[in-house]
Amino acid sequence: MEDIEMYKKMLEIRKFEEKVYDLFTQNLIPGTMHLYMGEEAVAVGVCAALTPNDFITSTHRGHGHCIAKGASLKKMMAEIFGKKTGYCKGKGGSMHITDKNIGMLGANAVVGGAIPIAVGAGLSCKLKYPERVTVCFFGDGASNQGTFHEGINMASVWDLPVIFVCENNLYAMGTRQSLVMNIEDISERAAGYGIPGATVDGNDVMAVYQEAQRAVTRARNGDGPTLIECKTYRHKGHSRFDPAKYRPQEEVAEWMARDPIESFRYKLLDKGIPEEFLHKIESTVETEIEEAVEFAEESPLPEPEDALKDVWVVE
Amino acid sequence: MREITVVEALNEALREEMRRDENVVLLGEDIGKYWQGAFKVTKGLEEEFGPERVRDTPISENAIAGCAVGAAMTGLRPVAEIMFGDLVALAMDQICNQAAKLRYMSGGQVSVPMVLRTPFGAGGSYASHHSQSLEAWFVHVPGLKVVQPSNAYDAKGLLKASIRDDNPVVFCEHKFVYGLKGTVPEEDYVVPLGKAHVAREGEDITIIATSLMVDRALKAAAALEEEGISCEVVDPRTVRPLDEEELCASARKTGKVLIVHEACDTGGISGEITKTLVRRVFYYLDAIKILAGKDAPIPFAPVMEKWVAPDEERIKKAVKEIVL
Repeated sequence: MEDIEMYKKMLEIRKFEEKVYDLFTQNLIPGTMHLYMGEEAVAVGVCAALTPNDFITSTHRGHGHCIAKGASLKKMMAEIFGKKTGYCKGKGGSMHITDKNIGMLGANAVVGGAIPIAVGAGLSCKLKYPERVTVCFFGDGASNQGTFHEGINMASVWDLPVIFVCENNLYAMGTRQSLVMNIEDISERAAGYGIPGATVDGNDVMAVYQEAQRAVTRARNGDGPTLIECKTYRHKGHSRFDPAKYRPQEEVAEWMARDPIESFRYKLLDKGIPEEFLHKIESTVETEIEEAVEFAEESPLPEPEDALKDVWVVE
Repeated sequence: MREITVVEALNEALREEMRRDENVVLLGEDIGKYWQGAFKVTKGLEEEFGPERVRDTPISENAIAGCAVGAAMTGLRPVAEIMFGDLVALAMDQICNQAAKLRYMSGGQVSVPMVLRTPFGAGGSYASHHSQSLEAWFVHVPGLKVVQPSNAYDAKGLLKASIRDDNPVVFCEHKFVYGLKGTVPEEDYVVPLGKAHVAREGEDITIIATSLMVDRALKAAAALEEEGISCEVVDPRTVRPLDEEELCASARKTGKVLIVHEACDTGGISGEITKTLVRRVFYYLDAIKILAGKDAPIPFAPVMEKWVAPDEERIKKAVKEIVL
């Protein structure tokens, strides 16, 4: 993927979520909301190394993964609004957005729940689609779940083409990493499964991209899984109106100063990309977001009785 | 026609489906050529289909189930084995939150055509971690089908139907049904899910029994015939979806119903069957009685273990209490 495209994708995620947060605070969106803002370089850097046929699994904080993999902003926004035209016809909401056509196997709201599912998709890759790989996104919190151990071990012994991407934003909800694990780098755990592990700056999209490419190449060559830990930070709280007061102000300030989008923008300018070209991208993204909101607002609500559809595959 | 055991019938179903469809793969602990499955259901399958399609797994029940979910979503038709039914507790998130809900949550975009096979049931002095019957847990989760074969013919046909079904199916085998012999066609056939079977026709009372209790109910019915009591024995075969039509038709005909299952009384499938009968044929009924397992974990000592599950004598006694 071209670096300009990566910039645009990161911006799409940021602007999409800024809009969603704005609408959410106006009570226009039901439920809860886990924003990805600040972590955009991870999803975009990793997905830049994938083809449309590759599979990904995602988490409760999944907007970024969807957009990076190529999901429609309109159908995402409609889903978040609970509309019939949304990806899941209003049945999933923010935490379950799925787009089978782009290999996005679903955001998953059980922490660590998608890890074994990614292993299964990896098995399908190995047996049915040898050119494909599966990426499994999860957080630092999920790395303390049994599924992390069971899933990575299984993928390792079977040499499955799965790339495990741990987005370490340092907090599992409100719990600091140091309170719940005695290591700093989650990638160290890879050694326990006999697979390569790497820690990268998750706010540097090119660093993430290069590490992901290495892992994807390994996987496509049949050399099995990799664990990549991306150190990153949430700009917002865990969910809803969480003000994230459990995070020291200096820490927040330090990470906010390392905004993945802003820093990448400087790099692009340094490279000689004209600023007006970036402005053009920025206004295109703004327009796309407005169109997505318009689409969602104008879309019909589901019928209450639609709640009984899609429970079963009916032959 | 030849007679084979339930284990052989299940093995044949797996073998035939694996020959028919290369997307069918097996996952489980010790199911491969070294052990051939704890109860030998997968005997000889790795030899025929190789280690890519018959996969010995680590002891990781949640990952076994979850791997089946992910594989099913992406084009395979996995059949996962959980070695003992009680151990499904280790895999509940993947079965109940993932397999059952992913189609729904994705707005119908994905399907999860997997089968989770597991042996339930008491009788071997395996004690409380290897003996319970937990089918009712799964019946309570929309999106899962739940199957309980009671004989060799059904075992083969139901397993083949389950593998071909596009929904996740929890396939509950009973360790003491495994050895029962019955006539089984060598050719391909399926027993459709959601269809009950009248295992014996009768006039005076309907015994609705599941799994191993069907065999016991049939033996009780044969003995009661000699005492002049004519029992109809109905086997739901699939407890979700439940064949309400067949159960209600039999209940209407005899007006008296005894429901028998091994799973413990409280929260068992008998409550669900009772609800169905009361809703639909209440005015035709003289009596409904439930004979279920005692409300205790399954004990070790044979004298206690035998006592907690319904047996032929207790079925006969319960029938007489209703009919006489």
